[in-house]
Amino acid sequence: MSETPLLEIEDLAVALPTERGPLRAVSGVSLSLAPSRSLGIVGESGSGKTMLARAILRLLPPGARLAGAIRFDGRDLLRLSRRDLRRLRGRELAAVFQDPMTSLNPVLSIGSQIAEALTEHMGLAARAAMARAVALLAEVGIPEPERRAHQFPHQLSGGMRQRVAIAIALSCEPRLLIADEPTTALDVTVQAQILDLLARERQKRHMAMILITHDLGVVAGRTDDVAVMYAGRIVERASTRALFRQMRSPYAEALMAAIPRLDAPPHTRLSAIAGSPPDPTRPTPGCPFSPRCRYARERCRSEAPPLSADSRDHHYACWFPLPDRSRAEV
Amino acid sequence: MLGLIGRRLAYLVPVILAVTALTFLIANLLPGDLAIVMLGDQATPENVAALHKQLGLDLPLWQQYLHWLWGVLHGDFGTSHRTGQTVLNAIAGRLPVTLELLIMAELGGILIGVPLAILCAVRPGSAFDRTVAGIAFGSLSVPPFMLAILLIFVFALRLHLLPATAYVPLSDSLLGNLRSMALPGATLALLEWPTIMRVLRSDMISTLQEDYIAMARAKGLSPRRILLVHALKPSSLTLVTVIGLNIGRLIGGAVITESIFALPGVGRLLLESIYLRDFIILQGGVLLVAIGFVLVNFLVDMLYAVLDPRIRHGRA
Repeated sequence: MSETPLLEIEDLAVALPTERGPLRAVSGVSLSLAPSRSLGIVGESGSGKTMLARAILRLLPPGARLAGAIRFDGRDLLRLSRRDLRRLRGRELAAVFQDPMTSLNPVLSIGSQIAEALTEHMGLAARAAMARAVALLAEVGIPEPERRAHQFPHQLSGGMRQRVAIAIALSCEPRLLIADEPTTALDVTVQAQILDLLARERQKRHMAMILITHDLGVVAGRTDDVAVMYAGRIVERASTRALFRQMRSPYAEALMAAIPRLDAPPHTRLSAIAGSPPDPTRPTPGCPFSPRCRYARERCRSEAPPLSADSRDHHYACWFPLPDRSRAEV
Repeated sequence: MLGLIGRRLAYLVPVILAVTALTFLIANLLPGDLAIVMLGDQATPENVAALHKQLGLDLPLWQQYLHWLWGVLHGDFGTSHRTGQTVLNAIAGRLPVTLELLIMAELGGILIGVPLAILCAVRPGSAFDRTVAGIAFGSLSVPPFMLAILLIFVFALRLHLLPATAYVPLSDSLLGNLRSMALPGATLALLEWPTIMRVLRSDMISTLQEDYIAMARAKGLSPRRILLVHALKPSSLTLVTVIGLNIGRLIGGAVITESIFALPGVGRLLLESIYLRDFIILQGGVLLVAIGFVLVNFLVDMLYAVLDPRIRHGRA
C-alpha cells in the first residue's frame, strides 16, 4: 500500500443518540484504500459496518456524532460544505444499498432514476442522459434495456432491481463504490451473479470498492483486502489471501467456523458463536469479544488490545493471537 | 385501467339511489306542508286537498319517489311547484358561485398547506415546525362563522379593504367578483390548509426515512429535487384523498359561509328549499351534489393511478 490512498479513515468514531445514552456504533476505526483496490468489511449485524459505510457517505441519521477524519482524495469529508459533498456523492463516491426492494423510488421510472444522476453531475441533456441510462442497463446485464427503462421498480425482480441500483451507482464513473450488503436481500442463486457483476465492473472501470457483508464467504476471492469488525472496531485486517491462510484473531476464526461447510459429514452441528455482541451503549474496559472468546484470559477482560501489525502488514487486535501456522509452511 | 374506470362508474348507481331515497324519506318526515306554504295559512282543507292531488302529494311515499326517479331517468329532474323553475335552472344559476368558492378554498388551502408541510417535514420538531403546528391547531379550532366574522371585522369594517357581503357576479366585473369572493374564499382556505398541512407533513416525514431517499442523497441530488420529485409524489396519496373529500363536501355548498357572506350559492339554495318545503329543488340539489361527490372521488381514484404506478398495474 505504498500508493497515495484514495480513502483514508483515521480514528473514526460514530455515536448515535438513544434514550439510554450515546450508542458507540463505530470507535477508533482507521483504514486506507488505494485507488482501484477493493476492501471487504465483514462483521455480524450490529458490528458497525453499515454505520461505517454511512459515515463515509455522510448519510448518518440525524443527531449522529462523528469524530476523527475521513479523507477522500485528500479532502476531509467531515469538513466538506453541503454543496461540495453533493458534488462528490454520486459523482466520485457511489453507493449500492442492501435492499433493492426499498432503495429504488417506487413512483419514478427506472430510466429516469439512472438519468437524473447523469443530468445532475455530468451536465447531460435529458435525451442524452436517457440514452446513456439505457446503455448502462445493458451493461449491467438487463435484457431489453429500452423497454425496461420505461418500467417501474415493482415490475422487476429483486436481482434485476439490484442491477438497476448498480447501474445508478456506476452511471457517473465513480472512483469509489460502497456496496452495503448488496446481496443479503437476494435469492441465493442471484447472489453470485450480482457479486460477479460488481467485481467485473470494478476491474473494467479501475474503480475502488468497499464491499460490506456479514458473510466471510462473500469476500473470499473477491476483494483484495479484508477488515473484520466487531463491536464497532476493526479486530483484524489483512490481505484477503493472508487472512484466509491464517486468521490471527479468535473472532475472525469463530466467524469462519460459523460458515456451514458442504464437505462436513451429515448431521454435523452448525457451529455458532455463543452469546451476543456487547451492549454498545455500555462500553466495557476490556476486549469487547472477551465474554464470548474461548481463549480469553485475565488481561482480555481489563484492557482492550490495540490494532497492531505483524511484519507482513497483517493487523489484529488481540493480546493472545492465534499462532501463525502459515509462516512455518512457507 | 378501463376495467377500473368501469368498476368505479358502476359504483355510482347504488350510491346515488341510496342518497336520493334517504333524502326523500327524511324530507317527507319533516313537519310542514308545501300546499300550506303555497296557499298561505288561510287555505281551506278542500283547497289543500285539491293541491295535494294536483301535485301528487296524496300518493304513497314510494310511489312519489318512483315517479320522481322515473323523471330523472328521462332527464327531467323536476320543476319547483312553488316557483315553476326547473331544478336544473335553479341549480345552474347557483353552481358557479359555489364552484368559484370551492376552487378558491382548495387552491388557497393547497398554496398555504403544501409548502408549509414540506418545510415542516424537513425538520420535524424544529421551532418552525412547532410554530406551524400551533397555528394549524388554532386555525382548526376556530368555528367557520367566527373566522368569517373576524375577517369581516378586520378587512371590511376596520381596514375597508374588501366588501363584506355584496356579491358581484363574474359577468359584471372580474375585479368586483374577486373582491366580493375574497373574504368567503379566505375563510374556507383558512379552514382547509391545516388538514392539508398535517396530512402531507406526516406522510412526508415517513417518506423521508425511506431507503430510496437515502439513495437519492447518495446520488448527490439537490435537496429541492429530493423533496419535490422523490418525496412529494409518493407522499401525496393521502393528501389527494383529503382534498377530494373536502371538495366533495364543498360542492354541497359551504352553507354557513354562503349564508354569512350572502352568497347565492348551492348551499343556500338547499337550505332555503328546506325552509319552504320545496322538496323537488332539495331532492334535485342533493342528487346533483351526490353525483358531484362521487365524480370527484372517482377522479381521486384515477389520480392514485397517475401518482403510483403500482396501482396503475393493479399491484397495490
